[in-house]
Amino acid sequence: MIRVCKEESFHQRQGYELLMAMMRGTTEQRAMVQDAVDRWWWPSLMMFGPPDADSPNSAQSMAWGIKRHGNDELRRRFVDMTVPQAEFLGVTLPDPDLRLDPATGRYRFGSIDWDELERVISGRGPCSAERIARRRAARDDNAWVVEAATAYAEKHP
Amino acid sequence: MSSSPSSSPLARLVRAPGRGRGWPLYEIFVRGKRGLNHVHVGSLHAPDDEMAVHAARDLYTRRNEGVSIWVVKAADITASSPDEKDPLFAPSGDKVYRHPTFYEIPDDVLHM
Amino acid sequence: MTHQETVYDALDRAHGGEGRWAFGTGFDAPLAGVDTTVPDGIDPADLGAYCLMLGDDALLLSQRLTEWITAAPELEEEVSIGNIALDLLGQARLLLARAGSVGVLARSRDRAPETVPDEDALAYFRNPDEFRSSALVEAPNGDFGQTMLRLLVAATVRLALIARLRRSRDPVLAAIAAKGVHELTYHRDHAARWVLHLGDGTEESHRRVQAGVDAVWPLLADAFTATDVERRLVAAGVAVDPASVRAEVVSVLTQVLDRATLRMPQWPADSPPRGRVGEHGAERTDLLITLQGLARQHPAATW
Repeated sequence: MIRVCKEESFHQRQGYELLMAMMRGTTEQRAMVQDAVDRWWWPSLMMFGPPDADSPNSAQSMAWGIKRHGNDELRRRFVDMTVPQAEFLGVTLPDPDLRLDPATGRYRFGSIDWDELERVISGRGPCSAERIARRRAARDDNAWVVEAATAYAEKHP
Repeated sequence: MSSSPSSSPLARLVRAPGRGRGWPLYEIFVRGKRGLNHVHVGSLHAPDDEMAVHAARDLYTRRNEGVSIWVVKAADITASSPDEKDPLFAPSGDKVYRHPTFYEIPDDVLHM
Repeated sequence: MTHQETVYDALDRAHGGEGRWAFGTGFDAPLAGVDTTVPDGIDPADLGAYCLMLGDDALLLSQRLTEWITAAPELEEEVSIGNIALDLLGQARLLLARAGSVGVLARSRDRAPETVPDEDALAYFRNPDEFRSSALVEAPNGDFGQTMLRLLVAATVRLALIARLRRSRDPVLAAIAAKGVHELTYHRDHAARWVLHLGDGTEESHRRVQAGVDAVWPLLADAFTATDVERRLVAAGVAVDPASVRAEVVSVLTQVLDRATLRMPQWPADSPPRGRVGEHGAERTDLLITLQGLARQHPAATW
């Protein structure tokens, strides 16, 4: 996990710099970034999983000590960290209900469409069919490679 | 890609019963340039030992030189079970002979 | 809002400040400390043209290899192919930057935004006939066997050239070559392993790789023919005569194909330089449409 975190923090920095370059660029580039934010903001929040109340695996993982914070808390932390980053970039997050709660210093945000998450994780999302087809094609088109490498290994122990 | 029915992926699987289509899993251990021992860094699939070392160099060391790589087929590793109650895990608390202070050495013997 | 410690901060603290990034924050500029003055007696136009030849080969082979991303046989191979492509892209960048630094930019500067560096202008804003890449690297991948076979051939030729280029009188080329040798040795090794496994694997893999050999071999026709630019630079101690690597290339490829139980075709008769002087087919045009598409669509943009 430590290695993954180190690598991901690098990716985040690299990605953010790319966005900064585009936001300082042409009108078309800025529009591209805003369009991407409009499409990816809600799916990003969904990445943290269903609400704690609906997450049967979370309870078990937390009991075993694998998972240290619930989905909802991680999601809130993500929003709190990311809203200022978005403001710095100059993009608008597609949530009319997003606002800072002065009492807590944390952000409140709108409702997530959990039906959409359910469709995606059960393979009925907008890109699921294409993704699975791509994986199958890669596997089938290259089956002869995997087979041949095994055959060579058996011939040359 | 065109393939006759007899060479389809499914047919290959059927022709080789009991043998996986895939490559064996290897566990990878790496000792860094200034390291004293190999450390487990992860795993990968490869068709044979040499390809496993070659892949590990790319995947786990980014091709740094002076790094030692061991690859072991996961199937060749015998591991203890956390559930076992056997002498391997009996605590040393009641084995006084395993504690250095059990052995009395006179004070004037130095470097002890 | 008060600053909340992120997981990165915690890792950073735990690993003494240097530990935030996967491989440290230290970055060695590849050409740090290298004298970039063009040595006496060398025409900068020739030097730049030669850099384009070597740089374009790396750039376009890199582009071909990335076509396997999301389509490779196994995850491990995805990563390996990606790494090889990145190495080549790095070599291309250094070589194209060198060409730009000595004023060789073709018409790219006319078309590119002022804000982009020379190597970007050259990569994204030259037209196909301004490239100097060989047909060997431009050819389509074919199946995985043909891809590895082509990589074997291209890496063998390139390694032989780059190894000798370490003695170039141009300090920048010598430095680029010194870095490239390790990478190319790995690329050649990787490709050779696959050619062995597939050539001597199953009947089907043998047949496919043999077809790859037969498809790729004719592309070697102009691999050992020097252009006038190269001839002048060889005399000046800067470039490597492609004819001088023929023996090594033949020897290496003969050994690998032999062990892989593959039949080596007849070597094509030497032809005059083609790709090296800008001649090309649809393969180069198609590659560049993909490579340059986004940049050309937004000609005023910096990325």
